[in-house]
Amino acid sequence: MSDGLTVSGLSKTFVSGGGLLGGPEQRVRAVDDVSFAVEEQGSLGLVGESGCGKSTAARCVLRLIEPDAGAIHYADIDIAKAGRHELVRIRRRIQIVFQDPYSSLNPRRTIRQTLTEPLRVHGVCAGREADERAGQMLSEVGLSRDVLNRYPHEFSGGQRQRVGIARALMLEPSFVVADEPVSALDVSVQAQVLRLLADLRDRRRLGFLFISHDLGVIRHFCKQVAVMYLGRIVEQGPVEELFREPLHPYTRLLLDSSPVPDPAARRDLSEETGEVPSASNPPPGCAFHPRCPHAMPVCREIRPATTSPAPNRLVACHLYG
Amino acid sequence: MSTRTANPMWSALASAFRTNKTSWVGFVMIVLIILAALLAPVLAPADPIEQDILRKLEPPSAESILGTDSFGRDILSRILYGARISLVVGLASILIASLIGGALGVIAGYVGGRVDRLIMGAMDVMLAFPTLLLGLMIVAMIGPSLQNLIIAIALTEIAPFARIARAPTLLLREREFIEAGRALGFSDLRLMFVHILPNIVSDLVVMGTLWMAQAIRTEASLSFIGLGVPPPTATWGSMVREGFEHILDAPWLAVLPSLAILLTVIALNMLGDGLRDAIDPKLRRE
Amino acid sequence: MSLLSVSGLTTEFRTDAGWRAAVRDVDLEVGANETLAIVGESGSGKSVTALSILRLLPEAGARIAGGSCLFEGRDLAHLDETAMQAIRGARIGMVFQEPMTALNPTMTIGNQIGEVLVRHRGMPRAEARAETLRLLERVRLPSPARRIDDYPHQFSGGMRQRVVIAMAIACRPALLLADEPTTALDVTIQAQILRLLKELQRENGMGMIFITHNLGVVAQIADRVAVMYAGRIVESAPVDEIFARPLHPYTRGLLQAMPRHDRMQDLEPIPGAVPSIRETIVGCAFAPRCPLRIARCVEAPPLDAVGENHAVRCWVAAEKVPA
Repeated sequence: MSDGLTVSGLSKTFVSGGGLLGGPEQRVRAVDDVSFAVEEQGSLGLVGESGCGKSTAARCVLRLIEPDAGAIHYADIDIAKAGRHELVRIRRRIQIVFQDPYSSLNPRRTIRQTLTEPLRVHGVCAGREADERAGQMLSEVGLSRDVLNRYPHEFSGGQRQRVGIARALMLEPSFVVADEPVSALDVSVQAQVLRLLADLRDRRRLGFLFISHDLGVIRHFCKQVAVMYLGRIVEQGPVEELFREPLHPYTRLLLDSSPVPDPAARRDLSEETGEVPSASNPPPGCAFHPRCPHAMPVCREIRPATTSPAPNRLVACHLYG
Repeated sequence: MSTRTANPMWSALASAFRTNKTSWVGFVMIVLIILAALLAPVLAPADPIEQDILRKLEPPSAESILGTDSFGRDILSRILYGARISLVVGLASILIASLIGGALGVIAGYVGGRVDRLIMGAMDVMLAFPTLLLGLMIVAMIGPSLQNLIIAIALTEIAPFARIARAPTLLLREREFIEAGRALGFSDLRLMFVHILPNIVSDLVVMGTLWMAQAIRTEASLSFIGLGVPPPTATWGSMVREGFEHILDAPWLAVLPSLAILLTVIALNMLGDGLRDAIDPKLRRE
Repeated sequence: MSLLSVSGLTTEFRTDAGWRAAVRDVDLEVGANETLAIVGESGSGKSVTALSILRLLPEAGARIAGGSCLFEGRDLAHLDETAMQAIRGARIGMVFQEPMTALNPTMTIGNQIGEVLVRHRGMPRAEARAETLRLLERVRLPSPARRIDDYPHQFSGGMRQRVVIAMAIACRPALLLADEPTTALDVTIQAQILRLLKELQRENGMGMIFITHNLGVVAQIADRVAVMYAGRIVESAPVDEIFARPLHPYTRGLLQAMPRHDRMQDLEPIPGAVPSIRETIVGCAFAPRCPLRIARCVEAPPLDAVGENHAVRCWVAAEKVPA
């Protein structure tokens, strides 16, 4: 077993409705047989559009959502099988940073309470020592120690996000799941927070599972990337290579659709590329076939297996079968 | 140097008074009523239970400002002491009801599923009975006394508090700070009562003010039908009942304690309405 | 001759510290067939500018304190509400970020578009329905004949935005005002909507004001660009010019702070944060965050012309490039 995070065959289906008065039962395969690995101190980007299952997959890694199937290992810990007691151990090693800086901090708790609570709950330390650590952490994320007694509503979005990052690091984890950590921020502040995360990663030797819909952010932060579509990983590989030479037609569509700040790079998408189908009723075979310019008869019937057409590259597409 | 900044809940309550005159008036009235009750031994011109048959049913006069009742007891003194009963019953029953109801509502909203259906089902059954009828049944079962009255009224008001607590819990449960707490290994109990509960205390305070008026009315009603604190203790409800027998020859006997009830209820409602108006938009925005 | 000509527009909001300007002294020109992108971060005043032109700001809390908006020979800043209603949705089409705010959830999409046609173009009902169908086809709503009687909630976000666009162009407006129309959408859908807007503009010869925070989208769709910061336009130029030769330190900062997927570059964050509307701004609003700050920045710089159609509000940048 490697030292980093390994996930294999992860699946999660949400069931809603059904029962006596619940209307027709709806089953959504949010995550469908997903496998990936993040090396110790590595950073994997999980990219995809809304509803592709990337956030669900991330929460399954932390067991914030209980997966239906799959194996999750981090270092020597079997996360998927961990009991109550072991989960507490995992909480100290893997932490999460959230997207919405307004919803991720308790409005009724001071920054001091927010930062020292994890230390007290895990019996690390309390009182003056906990305050001291909270103060150190605040300066590490670029905030003044003086803000300990303040409430979240007194801060801007970027500052709140720094507090959220500080809280995640209070237990000194070695791995961080970041769920769209800069998506709610303005461009100028987004760059500040990205730089902070990169600094912390290098200084504290953190591993990262970085979820984002923004290809630019992923390229900037991650070495490896996995592209998700309708609950499945369609392609993964090293970021530079994958963005330069995408193999899966969906990755190509995503890259072509993401605008770059350069009028010379204007693209005219000549084909109508369709809508993302509903996850409760995904197309048979390859889920991308209704939007795919290269769709073949086989794509409508058989789900493509993951193959490796080049070193370090994985793709699930019949073009490479 | 670090500076302490205001807790957002208290600043919301403070701004309620600043921006809303009604709640300010209600607040001042309540403070006056509480002061009157606390200072009853000092303010009361006579002993509230000492009878003086020779001076019965006297109309208001210089000697006893609000007159005397059918046992010759001073009505002003009885109203002042009666305020103590009304306030104690109101406050104590609301405290008990909000603690139990609030906790049940938070648990129902946070845990959800079967637990939610069970708790809220029970609450709906309780809500289906009129408050007075429910109080009457409980007092009839456990017997009239100050303590039992408080318990009975508290039981009748658990359900509305559970409802008030559950709705915001459902919203708060989905907020990312709760998820962050789970990721940090906080227990469900901690998340419910350290993280969610303080966020809904202001809702409970508003509700408590409004329902305290209801509790005082229930107390008076139960006393009126003879199921309140036993005589000769002065309570507003029993004074109204006793006064009712002389409504034609000495109307002040019933009217004066009724006025006291009315004023207290109005004051609490003004305070509660004002607080709700002030708190609602502010806290929902966050 | 420009279609819309805004000059000296100043809009104020009521705050607990009195009336404060959210938009100061803004000049804009949009011609037929032209797309002007207004770009800025939250609090820059870009959306308030759009709402001021449309006179859609809440009357109790906001006021236009000065300036004019000349459109088809009339000054929108001084029209009464009845006259504005005849212009909004008819001569000026509107598309906002959240399509649900523009749609009535209790009415079928066919009836909503039909109503616009009946009211503004005086069409008989039957004709309006045929025209609605044509419009829905035009915005490429799949199987419009089957879906014309569906309600807004039965559509995805992207499809809803298509319906809103159909409604916005129903009266063949001269000007289309689009405020972050693709921000809530996924990138693949965003690309489709941008393309659709471009096509419709070409067909109808509309002028378009496109408001966004996304420089990538600006590069895709704009002819000219105005960059706003703290309520003022700090730089304006044709699209090729502004990306090739950004002059204002804020424009440069934005470009360096935006991570790109097509190449690796070092991100250079802009330190600090946007000033709040309550702060009193003395001199250049960007000065506290600016790497080029000089002593003179305590005076407010004018928007100086520094080339053909290129203007910049910065003492340092304007001096380097003689007009």
